[in-house]
Amino acid sequence: MKAVFAKGLLNALVSILGASVIIFVISRLSGDPVALMLPMDAPQSAINALRQELGLDRPIWEQFLLFLWKAVHGDFGQSYRWQMPALALVLERLPATMFLATAAFAFSLALALPLGVLSAVYRGSWVDQIGRVIAMLGQAVPSFWVGLILILVFAVTLQWLPAFGADGVRHVILPAIALGWYPVAAQTRIIRSGMLEVLDSDYIRMGRSVGTPERLLIWKYAFRNALLPLVTIMGVYFASMLSGAFVVETVFAWPGLGRTVVEAVFARDYPVVQAGVLITSILFVLSNLLVDLSYSIIDPRIRP
Amino acid sequence: MSVIPASTPVTAAVGITPRPSLFRFRLKGVPWLPLLILLLIIVSAIGGESIPPQDPNGLNLAAAFRPPFWQAGGSYEYLLGTDNLGRDVLSRIIAGARVSAIVALYAIVFSGAIGTMLGIIAGYFGGIVDALIIRIAEIMMAIPSLALALIISASMAPGLSTVVVVIVLTYWTWYCRIIRSEILSLRERDYVSFAKIAGCGPLTIFFRHLLPNIFNTLLILMTLQVGQVILFEASLSFLGLGIQAPDTSWGLMLADARQYITYAWWGITMPGIVIMLTCLSSNLIGDWLRDLLDPKRRQL
Repeated sequence: MKAVFAKGLLNALVSILGASVIIFVISRLSGDPVALMLPMDAPQSAINALRQELGLDRPIWEQFLLFLWKAVHGDFGQSYRWQMPALALVLERLPATMFLATAAFAFSLALALPLGVLSAVYRGSWVDQIGRVIAMLGQAVPSFWVGLILILVFAVTLQWLPAFGADGVRHVILPAIALGWYPVAAQTRIIRSGMLEVLDSDYIRMGRSVGTPERLLIWKYAFRNALLPLVTIMGVYFASMLSGAFVVETVFAWPGLGRTVVEAVFARDYPVVQAGVLITSILFVLSNLLVDLSYSIIDPRIRP
Repeated sequence: MSVIPASTPVTAAVGITPRPSLFRFRLKGVPWLPLLILLLIIVSAIGGESIPPQDPNGLNLAAAFRPPFWQAGGSYEYLLGTDNLGRDVLSRIIAGARVSAIVALYAIVFSGAIGTMLGIIAGYFGGIVDALIIRIAEIMMAIPSLALALIISASMAPGLSTVVVVIVLTYWTWYCRIIRSEILSLRERDYVSFAKIAGCGPLTIFFRHLLPNIFNTLLILMTLQVGQVILFEASLSFLGLGIQAPDTSWGLMLADARQYITYAWWGITMPGIVIMLTCLSSNLIGDWLRDLLDPKRRQL
């Protein structure tokens, strides 16, 4: 168990380190950030001073080590636009994104679990067909468009829910549906095939033959085992929601990490973009790691 | 059980199942409607300027916010209505097909080629080469694709080439991992060993013995990628990081129409429906190809 943990942690660290290399390299591709930070007619002396201050006159590997050293200490530099440390800004916006992602995740599970189980139990029935249609549609529409249509129907036409902002539970409903819509398809399919497999197993047949009520068989004995494959992939979906939040937050003006980074891209606020992307990557890697670890705890069969 | 048709090949009787190939499919179950929709998109992409009924970039403020033809105030001149600058929505959708097609073509060819090559190399040579390639792929996957897109867009000027670069950087890992695992089992086959003994170099083995065997998988992966590429391009363009005006794309149309959502519902509805139909079609065709060519992967 300890070995699994150590190996997973090491892999995660290497991935994060690699991600920071990529982020560093790409952000240096643009050439001289100083040219973008100073006005066009800045005197050469000011340019040189800023280059020196940012360490841009040193060799590239030294710059990278400096970037890494600072990043490890939580220093991504000052946000040009917000006049505060980039990391502090990103961390300040993170809880709103986590709240949205959790709500979206809850929505997708609330839809996928019953749909998956029912379409396995009543295989080939109209429930199964509905599940199939939702799955196909869910993977064919961009999440921001789901958001726009939700705004059009529930905010503009019916005026039931607010279209943007973040002020209480009513505001999270539409963005959570938009963000949670995409993974419903895959989750339903995983639950369905898991259930079909379990329902076909000997112990379910045994339970049925000794007269165990069908409801108990499905929801107590089969469902719990069918959940396992979903758990393995749950981290991936939670992580993909952090990524999807970039778009959905922009649609709903949700004051989270995603919208902040998108705005920073337009404002050429590099420290915020770097900090935001690196924090997202770290969360992405960590949630995958957590799932790997929890999987070996939940399912004793795959423990080494 | 269905009755075995008289034309069943002799091989079936001997117990060797003939490998289903693209050229022997049955007409039953062919997704005609999705194929037709994709064909329409491709024709619009190739046809370019000659197909749209109106000039997709023609400004006509007098005709701004015309609703689709079936609503009061709409006309047959502008079938799906007009946007805030009086441009015909249908014509812009047709013009936007070209961008989607170009992005999908480049992105799929490049990410497919890079991913397949690296996958073959990793799977065939194994050892440290394999470890290195897989490690790089894992690192690329550690950065969420949209986050990667944001940081690239912050450094490069946004545009069609940025979109393609982002998609290639994101998707090559997908091909790489799947092709690698196929190669891992293929390289243990006898015919590969025989080829090696006969003195074939790695290149000959790649192109003559391995590539033909992963062709089916590649075809399926590429078809399924079409929908994802189109969604990705739409998201990037919607954020303003993808296609830039005066070019047009479906994502950009949605971004433009977003501000006028309260009085022009068709502006955000029509391009989205086209995106949906395109993705749905390519996904359905991909699923069909998978069932046809690779029954093992069929989902329950």
